[in-house]
Amino acid sequence: MSPLLSKDGTILTDLYPLLPDDQPVPAEGRSVLVPLSRFTEIGRYSGIGLSLPNTTDVLKLPSSVLQLPLLALDFPSFGDGRAYSQARWLSGRLGYRGELRARGQAVVLDQLEMLRSCGFSQFELRNDQNLQACADKLAHPTAVSRRRFPSLA
Amino acid sequence: MYRYDQHDQQLVDARVAEFRDQTRRYLDGSLPADEFRHLRLRNGLYIQRFAPMLRISIPYGLLSSQQMRMLAHIARKYDKGYGHFTTRQNIQFNWPKLEEVPDILADLATVQMHAIQTSGNCIRNITSDPFAGAAADELVDPRPYCELTRQWATFHPEFNWLPRKFKIAFSSSTKDRAATRVHDIGIHIVRNAAGELGYEVYVGGGLGRTPIIGLKIRDFLPEPDLLSYCEAILRVYNLLGRRDNMYKARIKILVKEMGLPAFAEKVEAEWATIKDGPLKLKDGDLERMKAQFSQFELDPSAAKDQSYAQKLSEDSAFAAWTRRNLKDHRVPGHKLVFLSLKARGVAPGDVSAEQMDAIADLADRYAFGELRATHDQNLVFTDVRQQDLYPLWQALSALGLATPNIGLLTDVICCPGLDFCSLSNASSIAVAEEIFDRFEDLDYQHDIGSIKLNMSGCMNGCGHHSVGHIGILGVDKKGEEWYQITLGGSSGNDASLGDRTGPSVERAHIADAIQNIVETYLQQRLSEEEGFLACYRRVGMPPFKTRLYAEEAA
Repeated sequence: MSPLLSKDGTILTDLYPLLPDDQPVPAEGRSVLVPLSRFTEIGRYSGIGLSLPNTTDVLKLPSSVLQLPLLALDFPSFGDGRAYSQARWLSGRLGYRGELRARGQAVVLDQLEMLRSCGFSQFELRNDQNLQACADKLAHPTAVSRRRFPSLA
Repeated sequence: MYRYDQHDQQLVDARVAEFRDQTRRYLDGSLPADEFRHLRLRNGLYIQRFAPMLRISIPYGLLSSQQMRMLAHIARKYDKGYGHFTTRQNIQFNWPKLEEVPDILADLATVQMHAIQTSGNCIRNITSDPFAGAAADELVDPRPYCELTRQWATFHPEFNWLPRKFKIAFSSSTKDRAATRVHDIGIHIVRNAAGELGYEVYVGGGLGRTPIIGLKIRDFLPEPDLLSYCEAILRVYNLLGRRDNMYKARIKILVKEMGLPAFAEKVEAEWATIKDGPLKLKDGDLERMKAQFSQFELDPSAAKDQSYAQKLSEDSAFAAWTRRNLKDHRVPGHKLVFLSLKARGVAPGDVSAEQMDAIADLADRYAFGELRATHDQNLVFTDVRQQDLYPLWQALSALGLATPNIGLLTDVICCPGLDFCSLSNASSIAVAEEIFDRFEDLDYQHDIGSIKLNMSGCMNGCGHHSVGHIGILGVDKKGEEWYQITLGGSSGNDASLGDRTGPSVERAHIADAIQNIVETYLQQRLSEEEGFLACYRRVGMPPFKTRLYAEEAA
């Protein structure tokens, strides 16, 4: 399982493990992360995290999605930065206040500070990452995190 | 000069430390090569045909003498004793060692320089008019606006992983000297009918494989909204720009495929939600930015000098130089002085370490310790008193920097080509040299008049061939170097893309071909007042084509 860090570099226990495709969405009790494609299977149970592809127009999501406790955005490759803008919309314009998790190939030491600046609050590190170095990076922000023109609305 | 504050310096120092760590991790194998490639490109480091190439940022082309001396030091210590000024007002070193690049960056940071975002799919160096602050036809000095934009773009967390590179240029003068219409965003600082300052905004221009002239997305954007509007454009592009094919990933393709109205609608909708947020410029923001630029007093009595007129009448070589290499200054008695980097036997844009040091000394002596790099690969001293022009010319002549050819045929824009670049199909520098030899006779060049000859070694178009009055593009034909010629391009206010003449010509005939084109122009023009571009636009391709391909047909 990939290590999970909070925005200040604390190691977190993953309370929303990814639900395998062949298992039903739980109705209560257990919290899981499910892909957007299974959104219709989510009932009224609020312990669900939703994972969004980076091609989703987050402005068109049903308002109930913004009430979920966790949204996960995906970085399918190291250089594909679409989810940075999705995160900005969710945490800024749409006022999403739950946890915003970054997952995928770009969740690495060299992108953590920028991910955090765009509103991500949890980082599911890529498996090959040095956990301590990543935790330190988040715990000790460099000047790069202190920009003069705050981007986050 | 813009003088760094503590924040600017911390940012640059942090990047040096970060890059040193990234290089270390790459060399010890813990950072994958492909990821290091992305990261080093964002710090201007390419791996080229023979060695790495390091591109150093010169924001809006402005350099101090102290910075120029540092570039000379880097050329000597880490390179082969020279550097290459590019078409984006930056400088490149072609022979640094990978392991030494962190040290080069640390040296640069001591003089408020860096290589941040000079490559990679992010917002690149902000470019502008090399005459900014001094031009006679200027509305306001665009540099504080450029600097604000630079600070917004530097390490912008959201826009560091765009579909493709992103270039922004500013112009604030009647004549566009920054090629704004061939940039991803081109901004013209303007005044509206009510007398308020603001911006005319162009989007979706660019050269490369699919050259496109930018379209106007906004007639007038109020002055405080510069950054929020750029942010809205970038956000729409980051989300919707194509990522399936790198040759279709620039914003120009998105604008073309969506159509300007649909694209503009998205931008305006996004902008409406952020325009009154933290990016809106507040009263005093621009004033503070202006105050961070060094100010200097020009000599109000400079125009009273008599020696300039006397030297002009005494020395015809000096007079010839003044006709081509000087431009009008907004303050009487002062001139803008071009240092031509297009001398015989030198690759366009190349400067040796010795020249750099000497240029720095001359800048201190005659030009308030400042100089500019231009997008056509020359240097400029912007504020020289007329009484200093003669000794300056003598010094520049001794350095090989006074070729009186600015704007003439041998003032060629040219990429590094096959000799350095792994992408190139053809030796652009060698061809530039051949053309130099052919047209060296200055009387002949003066007779031809102002003309822009731009050459690229491949279709990526670093030499801006598509917007040259005459454009030359190197193409590969079964392993041989051939050249495709275009006519009628322009990067000015009347921006246009050149038209292909027809089949490409082989290496042995390229200089003849250019000569045939020039001779056709001389025959066709109505008078000496009709420049090449105007003549071509009037008569069209047929006479040029007929002449160019006549020998083949015969």
